[in-house]
Amino acid sequence: MLKRTPLYDFHVAAGAKMVEFAGWEMPLLYRGIVPEHQQTRASGSIFDVSHMGRLRFSGHAAEAFLNHVLTRNVSDQQVGQSRYSLVCNAGGGVLDDVIVSRDQESWLVVCNAANRDKLLSHFHAVARAGRFGVQIEDQTESTAMVAIQGPRVIERLAEVVDVSHIPRYHFQRMSIMFFSLTFFRSGYTGEDGVEVILSARAAAMAVRALGGSTDRHDATIMPAGLGARDTLRLEAGMPLYGHELSESIDPLSAGLGWAVDLNKDFIGAEALRQIARDGPARRLVGLELEGRRIARQDTPIHTGDAVVGAVTSGTFSPTLQKSIAMAYVDAPHAAEGAALAADIKGALVGARVVKLPFYRRPK
Amino acid sequence: MSVPDDRRYLETHEWHRLDGDTVTIGITQFAADELTDITFVDLPRVGAALAANRAFGEIESVKATSDLVSGVSGTVVAVNEALADNPALVNKDPFGEGWLIKVKATNPAEMEKLLTARQYEKQTGQE
Repeated sequence: MLKRTPLYDFHVAAGAKMVEFAGWEMPLLYRGIVPEHQQTRASGSIFDVSHMGRLRFSGHAAEAFLNHVLTRNVSDQQVGQSRYSLVCNAGGGVLDDVIVSRDQESWLVVCNAANRDKLLSHFHAVARAGRFGVQIEDQTESTAMVAIQGPRVIERLAEVVDVSHIPRYHFQRMSIMFFSLTFFRSGYTGEDGVEVILSARAAAMAVRALGGSTDRHDATIMPAGLGARDTLRLEAGMPLYGHELSESIDPLSAGLGWAVDLNKDFIGAEALRQIARDGPARRLVGLELEGRRIARQDTPIHTGDAVVGAVTSGTFSPTLQKSIAMAYVDAPHAAEGAALAADIKGALVGARVVKLPFYRRPK
Repeated sequence: MSVPDDRRYLETHEWHRLDGDTVTIGITQFAADELTDITFVDLPRVGAALAANRAFGEIESVKATSDLVSGVSGTVVAVNEALADNPALVNKDPFGEGWLIKVKATNPAEMEKLLTARQYEKQTGQE
Protein backbone atom coordinates (compact mmCIF):
# COMPACT_ATOMS: atom_id res chain seq x y z
CA MET A 1 0.00 0.00 0.00
CA LEU A 2 1.71 3.18 -1.19
CA LYS A 3 1.76 6.28 1.01
CA ARG A 4 0.09 9.46 -0.22
CA THR A 5 1.12 13.00 0.62
CA PRO A 6 -1.44 15.60 1.78
CA LEU A 7 -1.35 16.95 -1.80
CA TYR A 8 -2.39 13.71 -3.54
CA ASP A 9 -5.84 15.03 -4.51
CA PHE A 10 -4.26 18.22 -5.87
CA HIS A 11 -1.99 16.15 -8.14
CA VAL A 12 -4.79 14.01 -9.49
CA ALA A 13 -7.02 17.05 -10.11
CA ALA A 14 -4.13 18.73 -11.94
CA GLY A 15 -3.80 15.73 -14.25
CA ALA A 16 -0.53 14.34 -12.90
CA LYS A 17 0.87 11.02 -14.01
CA MET A 18 1.49 9.31 -10.66
CA VAL A 19 4.35 6.88 -10.04
CA GLU A 20 5.78 4.95 -7.14
CA PHE A 21 8.81 6.55 -5.50
CA ALA A 22 10.38 5.30 -2.25
CA GLY A 23 7.06 3.82 -1.14
CA TRP A 24 5.07 6.98 -1.96
CA GLU A 25 2.66 7.73 -4.79
CA MET A 26 4.16 10.85 -6.35
CA PRO A 27 3.58 12.99 -9.46
CA LEU A 28 6.14 12.23 -12.16
CA LEU A 29 4.83 14.94 -14.46
CA TYR A 30 1.72 17.02 -15.26
CA ARG A 31 2.17 18.56 -18.73
CA GLY A 32 5.58 17.05 -19.53
CA ILE A 33 9.09 16.95 -18.09
CA VAL A 34 10.58 19.44 -20.56
CA PRO A 35 7.81 22.10 -20.34
CA GLU A 36 7.89 21.85 -16.53
CA HIS A 37 11.69 22.17 -16.55
CA GLN A 38 11.57 25.21 -18.84
CA GLN A 39 8.77 26.78 -16.78
CA THR A 40 11.00 26.52 -13.69
CA ARG A 41 13.93 28.26 -15.38
CA ALA A 42 11.77 30.94 -16.98
CA SER A 43 9.22 31.66 -14.26
CA GLY A 44 8.37 29.26 -11.43
CA SER A 45 7.19 25.80 -10.45
CA ILE A 46 5.79 24.21 -7.34
CA PHE A 47 6.94 20.68 -6.42
CA ASP A 48 5.45 18.40 -3.76
CA VAL A 49 8.39 17.12 -1.71
CA SER A 50 6.32 15.94 1.27
CA HIS A 51 7.71 12.43 0.87
CA MET A 52 11.13 13.59 2.13
CA GLY A 53 11.93 12.81 5.78
CA ARG A 54 11.60 15.57 8.38
CA LEU A 55 13.27 14.59 11.66
CA ARG A 56 13.38 16.85 14.70
CA PHE A 57 16.08 16.60 17.35
CA SER A 58 15.76 18.10 20.83
CA GLY A 59 17.23 17.66 24.29
CA HIS A 60 20.37 18.92 25.98
CA ALA A 61 22.66 16.68 23.89
CA ALA A 62 21.05 17.34 20.50
CA GLU A 63 23.93 19.51 19.28
CA ALA A 64 26.59 17.04 20.44
CA PHE A 65 24.64 14.18 18.86
CA LEU A 66 24.33 15.94 15.52
CA ASN A 67 28.03 16.81 15.55
CA HIS A 68 28.70 13.11 16.11
CA VAL A 69 26.58 11.85 13.18
CA LEU A 70 26.98 14.67 10.65
CA THR A 71 30.08 15.56 8.65
CA ARG A 72 29.34 19.26 9.14
CA ASN A 73 30.18 21.18 12.30
CA VAL A 74 26.89 22.49 13.67
CA SER A 75 28.28 24.27 16.74
CA ASP A 76 28.72 27.54 14.91
CA GLN A 77 25.42 27.27 13.06
CA GLN A 78 23.08 30.17 13.93
CA VAL A 79 19.40 29.87 14.85
CA GLY A 80 17.56 30.37 11.56
CA GLN A 81 20.38 28.94 9.47
CA SER A 82 20.37 25.79 7.30
CA ARG A 83 23.36 23.81 6.10
CA TYR A 84 23.94 20.96 3.68
CA SER A 85 25.64 18.00 5.32
CA LEU A 86 26.25 14.29 4.97
CA VAL A 87 25.68 11.36 7.29
CA CYS A 88 28.43 8.76 6.93
CA ASN A 89 29.08 5.26 8.14
CA ALA A 90 32.32 4.32 9.90
CA GLY A 91 34.05 3.66 6.57
CA GLY A 92 33.24 7.16 5.32
CA GLY A 93 30.53 5.92 2.94
CA VAL A 94 27.49 8.16 2.59
CA LEU A 95 24.30 7.04 4.35
CA ASP A 96 22.44 10.15 3.13
CA ASP A 97 22.82 13.81 2.27
CA VAL A 98 20.66 16.11 4.37
CA ILE A 99 19.84 19.71 5.20
CA VAL A 100 20.24 20.49 8.92
CA SER A 101 18.48 23.57 10.29
CA ARG A 102 18.92 25.14 13.71
CA ASP A 103 15.71 26.28 15.35
CA GLN A 104 15.14 28.02 18.70
CA GLU A 105 14.86 24.89 20.86
CA SER A 106 15.50 22.06 18.43
CA TRP A 107 17.11 21.01 15.17
CA LEU A 108 15.47 19.80 11.97
CA VAL A 109 17.09 17.35 9.59
CA VAL A 110 15.47 16.94 6.16
CA CYS A 111 16.56 13.72 4.47
CA ASN A 112 15.78 11.68 1.35
CA ALA A 113 12.52 9.73 1.41
CA ALA A 114 14.28 6.47 0.58
CA ASN A 115 16.69 6.82 3.51
CA ARG A 116 14.32 7.94 6.23
CA ASP A 117 13.88 4.53 7.91
CA LYS A 118 17.58 3.73 7.54
CA LEU A 119 18.60 7.02 9.15
CA LEU A 120 16.12 6.67 12.01
CA SER A 121 17.49 3.21 12.86
CA HIS A 122 21.02 4.55 12.65
CA PHE A 123 20.31 7.61 14.79
CA HIS A 124 18.45 5.63 17.46
CA ALA A 125 21.23 3.04 17.62
CA VAL A 126 23.93 5.70 17.92
CA ALA A 127 21.96 7.66 20.54
CA ARG A 128 21.53 4.50 22.65
CA ALA A 129 25.13 3.35 22.28
CA GLY A 130 26.54 6.77 23.12
CA ARG A 131 23.92 7.51 25.79
CA PHE A 132 23.17 10.85 24.13
CA GLY A 133 20.37 12.79 25.83
CA VAL A 134 18.53 13.47 22.59
CA GLN A 135 14.89 13.02 21.56
CA ILE A 136 14.27 12.18 17.91
CA GLU A 137 10.82 12.88 16.51
CA ASP A 138 9.77 11.83 13.00
CA GLN A 139 7.55 14.67 11.80
CA THR A 140 7.28 13.47 8.20
CA GLU A 141 3.67 12.32 8.19
CA SER A 142 2.20 15.15 10.27
CA THR A 143 3.69 17.77 7.91
CA ALA A 144 3.87 18.58 4.23
CA MET A 145 6.64 20.22 2.24
CA VAL A 146 6.67 21.99 -1.11
CA ALA A 147 9.47 23.55 -3.13
CA ILE A 148 8.59 26.72 -5.04
CA GLN A 149 11.44 27.47 -7.40
CA GLY A 150 12.13 29.92 -10.25
CA PRO A 151 13.22 33.49 -10.98
CA ARG A 152 9.75 34.99 -10.56
CA VAL A 153 8.75 33.06 -7.45
CA ILE A 154 9.83 35.50 -4.74
CA GLU A 155 8.10 38.38 -6.51
CA ARG A 156 4.92 36.32 -7.08
CA LEU A 157 4.85 35.09 -3.46
CA ALA A 158 5.03 38.73 -2.28
CA GLU A 159 1.35 38.99 -3.16
CA VAL A 160 0.75 36.67 -0.20
CA VAL A 161 3.90 36.67 1.92
CA ASP A 162 7.17 38.59 1.72
CA VAL A 163 10.13 36.22 1.87
CA SER A 164 12.58 38.41 -0.06
CA HIS A 165 14.45 39.35 3.11
CA ILE A 166 15.27 35.73 4.08
CA PRO A 167 18.93 35.18 3.11
CA ARG A 168 19.97 32.09 1.14
CA TYR A 169 20.24 29.01 3.38
CA HIS A 170 18.25 30.63 6.15
CA PHE A 171 14.66 30.09 7.24
CA GLN A 172 11.83 31.90 8.96
CA ARG A 173 8.42 31.07 10.32
CA MET A 174 5.57 33.11 8.87
CA SER A 175 1.82 33.08 9.21
CA ILE A 176 -0.70 32.71 6.40
CA MET A 177 -4.41 32.52 7.19
CA PHE A 178 -3.76 31.45 10.79
CA PHE A 179 -1.42 28.63 9.79
CA SER A 180 2.26 28.76 10.61
CA LEU A 181 4.58 27.94 7.72
CA THR A 182 8.37 27.77 7.72
CA PHE A 183 10.06 29.21 4.64
CA PHE A 184 13.58 28.04 3.78
CA ARG A 185 15.47 30.07 1.16
CA SER A 186 17.02 27.03 -0.49
CA GLY A 187 16.32 24.54 -3.26
CA TYR A 188 17.42 21.75 -5.52
CA THR A 189 17.05 23.39 -8.93
CA GLY A 190 19.74 26.05 -9.24
CA GLU A 191 17.07 28.77 -9.21
CA ASP A 192 16.02 31.20 -6.47
CA GLY A 193 13.01 30.17 -4.43
CA VAL A 194 11.85 28.61 -1.21
CA GLU A 195 11.08 25.28 0.35
CA VAL A 196 8.14 25.42 2.71
CA ILE A 197 7.25 23.13 5.60
CA LEU A 198 3.72 23.30 6.94
CA SER A 199 1.27 21.13 8.82
CA ALA A 200 -0.34 18.39 6.75
CA ARG A 201 -3.81 19.83 7.45
CA ALA A 202 -2.87 23.21 5.95
CA ALA A 203 -1.20 21.83 2.86
CA ALA A 204 -3.92 21.98 0.22
CA MET A 205 -5.12 25.43 1.28
CA ALA A 206 -1.63 26.88 1.55
CA VAL A 207 -0.59 25.58 -1.84
CA ARG A 208 -3.58 27.31 -3.42
CA ALA A 209 -2.72 30.54 -1.61
CA LEU A 210 0.99 30.37 -2.43
CA GLY A 211 0.78 29.01 -5.93
CA GLY A 212 -2.11 31.07 -7.20
CA SER A 213 -3.73 29.70 -10.35
CA THR A 214 -1.47 26.78 -11.06
CA ASP A 215 -4.05 25.44 -13.49
CA ARG A 216 -3.83 28.43 -15.88
CA HIS A 217 -1.44 28.07 -18.80
CA ASP A 218 0.02 31.53 -18.17
CA ALA A 219 0.34 31.20 -14.40
CA THR A 220 3.61 32.44 -12.88
CA ILE A 221 3.89 29.28 -10.79
CA MET A 222 2.81 25.92 -12.21
CA PRO A 223 2.99 22.39 -10.78
CA ALA A 224 6.06 20.33 -11.67
CA GLY A 225 6.84 16.70 -10.89
CA LEU A 226 9.75 14.42 -10.05
CA GLY A 227 10.82 14.12 -13.68
CA ALA A 228 11.58 17.84 -14.01
CA ARG A 229 13.04 17.87 -10.49
CA ASP A 230 15.67 15.42 -11.70
CA THR A 231 16.58 17.22 -14.94
CA LEU A 232 16.80 20.54 -13.07
CA ARG A 233 19.11 19.28 -10.32
CA LEU A 234 21.30 17.51 -12.88
CA GLU A 235 21.77 20.74 -14.87
CA ALA A 236 22.63 22.42 -11.56
CA GLY A 237 25.26 19.75 -10.87
CA MET A 238 23.59 18.61 -7.64
CA PRO A 239 24.04 15.04 -6.41
CA LEU A 240 21.17 12.57 -6.03
CA TYR A 241 21.43 9.75 -3.51
CA GLY A 242 21.44 6.42 -5.27
CA HIS A 243 23.29 7.98 -8.19
CA GLU A 244 26.18 10.30 -7.18
CA LEU A 245 26.01 9.24 -3.52
CA SER A 246 25.73 5.82 -1.90
CA GLU A 247 27.26 3.83 0.94
CA SER A 248 30.17 2.86 -1.28
CA ILE A 249 31.00 6.48 -2.15
CA ASP A 250 32.67 8.99 0.16
CA PRO A 251 31.93 12.75 0.17
CA LEU A 252 35.47 13.70 -0.89
CA SER A 253 35.28 11.71 -4.14
CA ALA A 254 31.89 13.36 -4.69
CA GLY A 255 33.45 16.83 -4.55
CA LEU A 256 31.63 17.61 -1.30
CA GLY A 257 34.70 18.29 0.86
CA TRP A 258 33.25 21.71 1.61
CA ALA A 259 30.49 19.98 3.60
CA VAL A 260 32.96 17.92 5.65
CA ASP A 261 34.82 19.28 8.69
CA LEU A 262 37.82 16.99 9.03
CA ASN A 263 38.91 18.79 12.21
CA LYS A 264 35.83 17.44 13.97
CA ASP A 265 35.31 13.92 15.30
CA PHE A 266 32.27 12.24 13.76
CA ILE A 267 31.31 8.80 12.49
CA GLY A 268 33.51 8.27 9.43
CA ALA A 269 35.98 11.08 10.18
CA GLU A 270 39.02 8.83 10.50
CA ALA A 271 38.32 7.05 7.20
CA LEU A 272 37.77 10.40 5.46
CA ARG A 273 41.01 11.85 6.84
CA GLN A 274 42.82 8.92 5.28
CA ILE A 275 41.12 9.50 1.93
CA ALA A 276 42.03 13.19 2.17
CA ARG A 277 45.67 12.27 2.83
CA ASP A 278 45.86 9.80 -0.07
CA GLY A 279 43.66 11.82 -2.40
CA PRO A 280 40.43 10.24 -3.72
CA ALA A 281 41.06 7.57 -6.37
CA ARG A 282 38.00 8.64 -8.38
CA ARG A 283 36.35 12.01 -8.80
CA LEU A 284 32.87 13.12 -9.75
CA VAL A 285 32.95 15.11 -13.00
CA GLY A 286 30.53 16.72 -15.42
CA LEU A 287 30.53 15.49 -19.02
CA GLU A 288 29.19 17.10 -22.18
CA LEU A 289 28.56 14.51 -24.87
CA GLU A 290 28.55 14.83 -28.64
CA GLY A 291 25.21 14.25 -30.33
CA ARG A 292 21.87 13.75 -28.69
CA ARG A 293 22.08 10.31 -27.14
CA ILE A 294 21.67 10.11 -23.39
CA ALA A 295 24.32 8.32 -21.30
CA ARG A 296 22.29 6.82 -18.46
CA GLN A 297 23.50 5.54 -15.08
CA ASP A 298 26.23 2.85 -15.32
CA THR A 299 27.27 3.82 -18.88
CA PRO A 300 31.03 3.01 -19.03
CA ILE A 301 33.46 5.87 -19.66
CA HIS A 302 36.56 5.12 -21.73
CA THR A 303 39.86 6.68 -22.58
CA GLY A 304 41.56 4.86 -25.45
CA ASP A 305 40.89 1.19 -24.71
CA ALA A 306 40.61 1.47 -20.96
CA VAL A 307 37.44 1.86 -18.93
CA VAL A 308 38.14 4.72 -16.51
CA GLY A 309 34.76 5.41 -15.02
CA ALA A 310 30.97 5.15 -15.12
CA VAL A 311 28.04 7.52 -15.45
CA THR A 312 25.91 8.21 -12.35
CA SER A 313 23.21 10.37 -14.01
CA GLY A 314 22.59 11.51 -17.57
CA THR A 315 19.97 13.37 -19.55
CA PHE A 316 19.39 15.64 -22.52
CA SER A 317 19.58 19.11 -20.98
CA PRO A 318 16.47 21.12 -21.86
CA THR A 319 18.25 24.41 -21.10
CA LEU A 320 21.57 23.73 -22.82
CA GLN A 321 20.13 21.47 -25.54
CA LYS A 322 23.05 19.06 -25.06
CA SER A 323 23.49 15.55 -23.75
CA ILE A 324 25.01 15.91 -20.25
CA ALA A 325 26.07 13.44 -17.58
CA MET A 326 27.78 13.18 -14.22
CA ALA A 327 30.27 10.37 -13.78
CA TYR A 328 32.95 9.03 -11.45
CA VAL A 329 36.22 8.95 -13.35
CA ASP A 330 39.67 7.74 -12.21
CA ALA A 331 41.49 10.81 -10.87
CA PRO A 332 44.23 10.99 -13.56
CA HIS A 333 41.55 11.33 -16.25
CA ALA A 334 39.25 13.72 -14.42
CA ALA A 335 40.80 17.04 -15.42
CA GLU A 336 38.61 19.73 -16.97
CA GLY A 337 38.80 19.43 -20.75
CA ALA A 338 39.77 15.74 -20.77
CA ALA A 339 38.49 14.05 -23.93
CA LEU A 340 36.81 10.80 -22.89
CA ALA A 341 34.20 8.59 -24.51
CA ALA A 342 30.92 7.08 -23.32
CA ASP A 343 30.10 3.52 -24.41
CA ILE A 344 26.40 3.83 -25.23
CA LYS A 345 25.16 0.39 -26.24
CA GLY A 346 28.42 -0.44 -28.02
CA ALA A 347 28.89 2.92 -29.75
CA LEU A 348 31.61 5.24 -28.44
CA VAL A 349 30.35 8.82 -28.10
CA GLY A 350 32.78 11.67 -27.37
CA ALA A 351 32.45 13.03 -23.79
CA ARG A 352 34.40 16.08 -22.62
CA VAL A 353 34.98 16.81 -18.93
CA VAL A 354 33.44 20.17 -17.99
CA LYS A 355 33.20 22.09 -14.73
CA LEU A 356 30.07 21.65 -12.67
CA PRO A 357 27.46 23.01 -12.62
CA PHE A 358 26.34 22.76 -16.22
CA TYR A 359 23.92 25.62 -15.63
CA ARG A 360 24.19 28.62 -13.34
CA ARG A 361 21.33 31.05 -13.05
CA PRO A 362 22.10 34.42 -14.57
CA LYS A 363 22.85 37.11 -11.96
CA MET B 1 -9.74 9.79 -30.35
CA SER B 2 -9.18 6.56 -32.24
CA VAL B 3 -6.02 5.41 -33.93
CA PRO B 4 -6.09 5.44 -37.76
CA ASP B 5 -7.86 2.51 -39.41
CA ASP B 6 -5.59 2.50 -42.46
CA ARG B 7 -2.79 0.71 -40.66
CA ARG B 8 -1.87 -2.20 -38.39
CA TYR B 9 -0.19 -2.24 -35.00
CA LEU B 10 2.08 -4.07 -32.64
CA GLU B 11 1.19 -4.18 -28.96
CA THR B 12 4.48 -2.35 -28.43
CA HIS B 13 2.86 0.69 -30.14
CA GLU B 14 4.50 0.63 -33.59
CA TRP B 15 2.04 1.38 -36.43
CA HIS B 16 2.57 -0.13 -39.89
CA ARG B 17 0.96 1.23 -43.10
CA LEU B 18 1.18 -0.84 -46.29
CA ASP B 19 1.35 0.89 -49.70
CA GLY B 20 1.99 -1.74 -52.40
CA ASP B 21 4.86 -3.68 -50.86
CA THR B 22 6.31 -0.80 -48.85
CA VAL B 23 5.48 -0.60 -45.15
CA THR B 24 5.86 2.74 -43.35
CA ILE B 25 6.49 2.36 -39.62
CA GLY B 26 6.03 4.85 -36.79
CA ILE B 27 4.88 4.94 -33.19
CA THR B 28 1.44 5.89 -31.90
CA GLN B 29 0.45 9.08 -30.04
CA PHE B 30 -0.05 6.94 -26.94
CA ALA B 31 3.60 5.82 -27.03
CA ALA B 32 4.89 9.31 -27.84
CA ASP B 33 2.90 10.75 -24.92
CA GLU B 34 4.29 8.07 -22.59
CA LEU B 35 7.86 8.88 -23.58
CA THR B 36 7.23 12.65 -23.36
CA ASP B 37 9.70 14.93 -25.13
CA ILE B 38 11.71 12.77 -27.51
CA THR B 39 15.36 13.78 -27.72
CA PHE B 40 16.82 11.21 -30.10
CA VAL B 41 15.75 8.48 -32.52
CA ASP B 42 18.27 5.78 -33.45
CA LEU B 43 17.29 4.39 -36.86
CA PRO B 44 18.96 1.86 -39.17
CA ARG B 45 20.65 2.82 -42.44
CA VAL B 46 18.91 2.57 -45.82
CA GLY B 47 19.66 -0.93 -47.10
CA ALA B 48 19.65 -2.56 -43.67
CA ALA B 49 17.85 -5.89 -43.38
CA LEU B 50 15.09 -6.16 -40.78
CA ALA B 51 13.68 -9.25 -39.16
CA ALA B 52 10.11 -9.27 -37.91
CA ASN B 53 9.67 -8.89 -34.14
CA ARG B 54 13.28 -7.85 -33.59
CA ALA B 55 14.39 -4.39 -32.47
CA PHE B 56 15.55 -2.19 -35.34
CA GLY B 57 16.37 0.92 -33.35
CA GLU B 58 15.72 2.98 -30.24
CA ILE B 59 13.74 6.03 -29.31
CA GLU B 60 14.91 8.16 -26.44
CA SER B 61 13.46 10.86 -24.20
CA VAL B 62 14.64 12.43 -20.95
CA LYS B 63 12.32 9.93 -19.28
CA ALA B 64 13.35 6.63 -20.90
CA THR B 65 14.87 4.79 -23.86
CA SER B 66 12.67 2.27 -25.69
CA ASP B 67 13.32 -0.30 -28.40
CA LEU B 68 11.60 0.05 -31.77
CA VAL B 69 10.33 -3.20 -33.22
CA SER B 70 9.18 -4.01 -36.75
CA GLY B 71 6.29 -6.39 -37.28
CA VAL B 72 7.52 -7.25 -40.81
CA SER B 73 10.74 -8.49 -42.36
CA GLY B 74 12.36 -6.66 -45.23
CA THR B 75 14.89 -4.05 -46.30
CA VAL B 76 14.93 -0.44 -45.17
CA VAL B 77 14.30 1.82 -48.21
CA ALA B 78 13.85 5.15 -46.47
CA VAL B 79 14.58 6.75 -43.11
CA ASN B 80 12.98 9.98 -41.86
CA GLU B 81 16.01 12.31 -42.03
CA ALA B 82 14.02 15.19 -40.48
CA LEU B 83 14.17 13.45 -37.09
CA ALA B 84 17.94 13.91 -36.74
CA ASP B 85 17.52 17.63 -36.07
CA ASN B 86 13.90 17.58 -34.98
CA PRO B 87 13.04 14.47 -32.99
CA ALA B 88 10.10 16.38 -31.48
CA LEU B 89 8.24 15.72 -34.77
CA VAL B 90 7.46 12.30 -33.36
CA ASN B 91 5.62 13.91 -30.41
CA LYS B 92 3.88 16.50 -32.62
CA ASP B 93 2.68 14.29 -35.47
CA PRO B 94 3.48 10.64 -34.75
CA PHE B 95 1.03 9.30 -37.36
CA GLY B 96 2.18 11.68 -40.12
CA GLU B 97 5.37 13.79 -40.27
CA GLY B 98 6.86 11.76 -37.41
CA TRP B 99 7.12 8.51 -39.41
CA LEU B 100 10.31 6.57 -38.71
CA ILE B 101 11.26 4.20 -41.54
CA LYS B 102 9.93 2.68 -44.75
CA VAL B 103 10.54 -1.03 -45.36
CA LYS B 104 10.26 -3.03 -48.58
CA ALA B 105 8.49 -6.05 -47.14
CA THR B 106 9.76 -9.49 -48.19
CA ASN B 107 6.36 -10.93 -47.30
CA PRO B 108 3.56 -8.31 -47.11
CA ALA B 109 1.23 -11.05 -45.80
CA GLU B 110 3.06 -10.71 -42.47
CA MET B 111 0.91 -7.59 -41.96
CA GLU B 112 -2.07 -9.88 -41.36
CA LYS B 113 -0.50 -11.05 -38.11
CA LEU B 114 -0.46 -7.53 -36.69
CA LEU B 115 -3.27 -6.03 -34.63
CA THR B 116 -6.07 -4.03 -36.24
CA ALA B 117 -6.70 -0.50 -34.96
CA ARG B 118 -9.52 -1.68 -32.68
CA GLN B 119 -7.52 -4.65 -31.41
CA TYR B 120 -4.56 -2.40 -30.63
CA GLU B 121 -6.77 0.06 -28.75
CA LYS B 122 -8.39 -2.73 -26.79
CA GLN B 123 -5.16 -4.51 -25.89
CA THR B 124 -3.44 -1.36 -24.75
CA GLY B 125 -6.42 -0.14 -22.73
CA GLN B 126 -7.02 2.90 -24.91
CA GLU B 127 -10.61 2.32 -25.87
